[in-house]
Amino acid sequence: MFDAIGNILKGLGITLKIFTTMPNQTVGYPEKKRELPARYRGVHKLRRYSDGLERCVGCELCAAACPAYAITVVAAENDPEHRVSPGERYAERYEIDYLRCIFCGECERACPVDAIVLTPQPLPPFISRRQVIMTKDDLLEPYPGGDPPAFHLHPWEDHPDRIDRWPVPQEHLPSPR
Amino acid sequence: MAGVEERPILFSSIKKLAQWAQSGSLWPAQFGLACCAIEMMATAASRFDLSRFGAEVMRASPRQADVMIVAGRVCQKMAPVVRELYDQMPEPKWVIAMGACASVGGVFNNYAVVQGVDRVVPVDIYVPGCPPTPEGLLEAVMELQKKIRMGGRAMAPAMPSPEEVAHP
Repeated sequence: MFDAIGNILKGLGITLKIFTTMPNQTVGYPEKKRELPARYRGVHKLRRYSDGLERCVGCELCAAACPAYAITVVAAENDPEHRVSPGERYAERYEIDYLRCIFCGECERACPVDAIVLTPQPLPPFISRRQVIMTKDDLLEPYPGGDPPAFHLHPWEDHPDRIDRWPVPQEHLPSPR
Repeated sequence: MAGVEERPILFSSIKKLAQWAQSGSLWPAQFGLACCAIEMMATAASRFDLSRFGAEVMRASPRQADVMIVAGRVCQKMAPVVRELYDQMPEPKWVIAMGACASVGGVFNNYAVVQGVDRVVPVDIYVPGCPPTPEGLLEAVMELQKKIRMGGRAMAPAMPSPEEVAHP
């Protein structure tokens, strides 16, 4: 009997010790945010070349690679006088359904020109299904010299080991606008 | 009794008091369907601590639950069960569709999975991600609290047509 009470007190003593000595593990979320992993995959971004041309050439490989069929690309032919992208075609419409998207990064892997990348920016919840499709206006990187990007680059994007798999000859590019 | 909820008590009204109390004690139904439930458990555990928002009391009975967190894919066989659980919850009640599968079917675009739980029950908040991070679910709970405090009731199951979704 007294043994049992002693054991209970011993156990409660351990509880009290942990309770008083262990640091608080809770992340006070809205005020304090935990550090996300460096390669956390969040909302997408459509990149541009440094002269302002869009990287996306409208090949639709991202849409083909997407396991959730979340990406819609409608390509259009480039006008040689007023190029949108350096390739033959460009993405006239580029839409991502962010409820379908599972943020796997297969689109990033499939892209031959590194046009679509995932940024470490998490996505807030939606209150209606009408908000969930993001169009090119939301996804496209701002024009260089214009507004600064709203979110910082994907860490892998500027890695020194990374090479552009499809370098564009300078003479094919128009003078910067 | 008409209009009693609008009558001021001290400096507020019963309605506002009730909204404040409801938003601070959202008891979810303990009902995980798939892998999103793991993140839901992580959200309820000590690191993210859903109880800071008064939503930690996972109720095993729908009769005692206020909010239904649909965590995971809803297959065709589960859909009537989800609807029944929703009907058994007392008013006022809210629904959070957690993750891509519960929201729109996610990667499971096939005959077995309901393409969005809003075909079965009205959904208030959709959380993107596969699965969403605990922060995502916390954001959803905070958004729901905001909605309740603003006097928003459970949504009518107004699902837009595909044309409306593509061209709003």
